[in-house]
Amino acid sequence: MSSRVQQGELGRLSSLIAASLVKDLRLEWRSKDAINSMLFFALLVVVIFSFAFDPTAEDSRHIAGGILWVAILFAAVVALNQTWTRELRNQVLDAYRVSPAPPLALFISKVLANFLFVGILECLMAPLFVVFYNLRSIGPVYQLVITGILGTWALVVNGTFFAAMSLRTRNREVMLPLILFPISIPAVLAMVQATTIILTGDESARFWMTLLGVYDVVFTLVCVLLFETVLQAE
Amino acid sequence: MKPKLAIFVAVTFALLAYGTYQALVVAPTEATMGDVQRIFYYHVPNAWSGGMMLFINFIASLWYLIKRQPVADALAVASAEVGLVFATIVLVTGPLWARPVWGIWWTWDQRLTSTLVLWLIYISYLMLRRVTTGGQTPVMAAVLAMFAFATVPFVYLSIWFFRTQHPSPVFGGGGSVAPSIAHPFLWNLLAFSVYSFLLLYLRFAHERKRQHFEESQAAALIS
Repeated sequence: MSSRVQQGELGRLSSLIAASLVKDLRLEWRSKDAINSMLFFALLVVVIFSFAFDPTAEDSRHIAGGILWVAILFAAVVALNQTWTRELRNQVLDAYRVSPAPPLALFISKVLANFLFVGILECLMAPLFVVFYNLRSIGPVYQLVITGILGTWALVVNGTFFAAMSLRTRNREVMLPLILFPISIPAVLAMVQATTIILTGDESARFWMTLLGVYDVVFTLVCVLLFETVLQAE
Repeated sequence: MKPKLAIFVAVTFALLAYGTYQALVVAPTEATMGDVQRIFYYHVPNAWSGGMMLFINFIASLWYLIKRQPVADALAVASAEVGLVFATIVLVTGPLWARPVWGIWWTWDQRLTSTLVLWLIYISYLMLRRVTTGGQTPVMAAVLAMFAFATVPFVYLSIWFFRTQHPSPVFGGGGSVAPSIAHPFLWNLLAFSVYSFLLLYLRFAHERKRQHFEESQAAALIS
């Protein structure tokens, strides 16, 4: 009996998540605000870094991991800043607050939407990197994909949460990176190390990938537990 | 000044004076490092006190999230500020010692980097406190403190795997310590712990006064 009730709850939650996610994707599809600004920003970072370092093919293998993730981190902030400010227009966020829908559904749909946006960005950036930095991975490529997924999740789950927090600040666009970057340092170190190790094929990247996975689990949990507090803060 | 506070202050300064005397005069000059080793009596107790304050910040923030009492928030802001001051002293005295002994000011090692990252996180904590609007500062700050606490093990683990150069803990880290060093060290540890609590208390009392003042102003506005 109780399991049936739980299943009903879960079904309700996932349909709410789906509804909110579809709305976000449709908004993005029509305006393309987030993806365009993110993409152009990341492109600029990559070009400027390649001028700054002027790497040869051999060097680039050692620094590309760092540059790639820094570009993604900066670009993700551009998109993350827009996720919640969008909801401020016409008091949509206030409507969410008084609606009986669980805040969890709203949070998860936002995280999934941002995950998709940043994922699309990464898929478009990867070939660019191969061209600009003459990259060829020595280690197994499937590990790069796993690292990409885990790393993106780490950035996006904390980023979405902190973006909601920075709504309550005076200078919200500035505040997001200032609180997101310090908390993300271990995750960024792990993604950069994993990527560099896989690209150079020196050793196993398993430790860093495990660390990223555990980081994802822990911080997803913390975000889920605290999101209602942040959304309802008065 | 209240008599109890006056006694607290007097005891703290007596302990600090005695600790400094022990560290600078009584403790023997270290054989290989020379006098620069004496910074150890200052550096480690400060690190200990700073860590303690940041832990108090976590407890106070958790307390605030559960009970929503302003007193918990006053304790949280006081401990974060005092802890950050101690952490800054640690980050300054560390390189002062490292330069003559290691030949470098800074290295990206486990404890140095962890301290630096924690320092950065708590700076962002205090910045968030300054810019949050509409009376939501305590909640937002407490939430960020939870994240800060959750990050610490990851910082430590990641840097540990990255590289390590810092001398392992002197106490409980394997090697034995001569009593001539342990004795001044423990006096300083006590002195700086008491000192950090004095600062915590003063800042906490100040914050409570500010809260009462704001409440009375709000009450005056209503009536």
